[in-house]
Amino acid sequence: MISTNLLALFYLISGVLFILALRGLSSPETSRQGNFFGILGMLIAVVVTFLSIGNFSTSFVYVIVFLLIGGSIGAMIAFKIPMTAMPELVAGFHSLVGLAAVFVAISAFLNPEAFNLGKSGNIKLASLIEMSIGAAVGAITFSGSIIAFLKLRGVMSGAPITFPGQHILNLIILISIIGLTYFLCTTQSSNLFWTLILISFLVGVLLIIPIGGADMPVVISMLNSYSGWAAAGIGFTLENTALIITGALVGSSGAILSYIMCKGMNRSFFSVILGGFGGTDQVSKSNNKEQKPVKSGNSDDAAFLMKNASSVIIVPGYGMAVAQAQHALREMVDTLKKNGIKVSYAIHPVAGRMPGHMNVLLAEANVPYDEVYELEEINNDFANCDVAYVIGANDVTNPVAKTDPQSPIYGMPILDVEKAKSVLFVKRSLSPGYAGVDNDLFYRENTLMLFADAKKMTEDIIKSF
Amino acid sequence: MEIDPFVFRLSIFILSIFVGYYVVWSVTPSLHTPLMSVTNAISSVIIVGAIIAALAGNDNNIFNESSVFGFLAIILAAVNIFGGFLVTQRMLAMYKKKKK
Repeated sequence: MISTNLLALFYLISGVLFILALRGLSSPETSRQGNFFGILGMLIAVVVTFLSIGNFSTSFVYVIVFLLIGGSIGAMIAFKIPMTAMPELVAGFHSLVGLAAVFVAISAFLNPEAFNLGKSGNIKLASLIEMSIGAAVGAITFSGSIIAFLKLRGVMSGAPITFPGQHILNLIILISIIGLTYFLCTTQSSNLFWTLILISFLVGVLLIIPIGGADMPVVISMLNSYSGWAAAGIGFTLENTALIITGALVGSSGAILSYIMCKGMNRSFFSVILGGFGGTDQVSKSNNKEQKPVKSGNSDDAAFLMKNASSVIIVPGYGMAVAQAQHALREMVDTLKKNGIKVSYAIHPVAGRMPGHMNVLLAEANVPYDEVYELEEINNDFANCDVAYVIGANDVTNPVAKTDPQSPIYGMPILDVEKAKSVLFVKRSLSPGYAGVDNDLFYRENTLMLFADAKKMTEDIIKSF
Repeated sequence: MEIDPFVFRLSIFILSIFVGYYVVWSVTPSLHTPLMSVTNAISSVIIVGAIIAALAGNDNNIFNESSVFGFLAIILAAVNIFGGFLVTQRMLAMYKKKKK
């Protein structure tokens, strides 16, 4: 049994180690060490919790057994999961944190004595409020992440689901949550507590269904943030510093990522949350446009253009992930490099379905990270490059964002692909991207459309080289 | 009059938000996916609450009404801790520099 003060100090150490874990991610070299600090912090937190309770009876054995069951499931998932499935994995993990927060809150509500929170039916007011917040945010995180998971997994359509009165309904429910918390605090009724949790599950679902597939980077970051706030809420209930610190770190981390993603699309956080963007009505409008001439070519033309280039910039997008083309792409780049051509990769902040999605896929295909550049770092280089190879990206290359104030994507920072001497655009058809906007780049003089599957085309180019 | 311990916790909370803010801005964008998976893993430190809840039962009745939720939360959090840290490790191991 260790003293409460010593326990608090150990939790503080865990908290500091978690900060160092995030700090390590400032560069790939220090990141592995950072991850080690994170594991150490977790180990300390768990071990001192055992020591503080000092209950090494039969229950303890069960705790270890359950921990190992969960741990082996987690380890198995971590080793088996393909890198392309990372967005849905992260969404799935968020849902688990949310549900765990709900369970801990329920347990504390049913047995407050175990946590020194007063007696059942007479829980301290502050603890009850903290518990309700933790449970409500946890429940929203859980159901919201499940919906995000289903959308990313493709089980549910990525199209936004909207219905009249949606926003009013959400508003009413949110107000009812606040009301419920108030009455819960005055009556201590367990029925109200269960209702609060059920309604919060409903909010999570309603919050995420109107948000479309390509807005998922914002949604995932937002749910990341929520899972942190839920943990912090529980941390206040349990008076646990490690949880409070971690909750605050994760909460602000997710919030910053959401902000970066919104900025990458030049949309306000609010408009993403209200949802409905990328609906089918916008697509049908652009289909009525008159047919403009498009130049299209095959892999031989592409290989010819690249052979005569001295520098090539690759612009990957979500389509590359879908086609699993990252390995073929790296092989193509190897061939180019053997021919003395300079190759770099340009990544838009919202390329893919989660922050940093493209970087992980390229890393998986053994692309060195110092060949991969962010938008601001590389955007000026397009003017001096001979060939831009757009593979699976669309809206983020559309010059309309700079020229047409009427366009829904106007003002979005885009990669200046059109400035390259030639643009090779791999795409299956001329269909517009997620925003439902026709891409002006298709009809440019210097653009050659390569109509094919991204992986197939890339492999064919290697063969034609 | 003594300061309510809640105020101390609130101070820690607010300051940690600021620490998080500055630390996360310095994370390189290419590591944003590992950032999400590692924050996932560390937020599962909620397992300490689950452990307290699970051990609150007595030996005659290990799985009582409230400790059952503790045990369930232990499983969920453990999936996240092991899964989160290991998948982060797996991703970070892939980030390599150009061979000079």
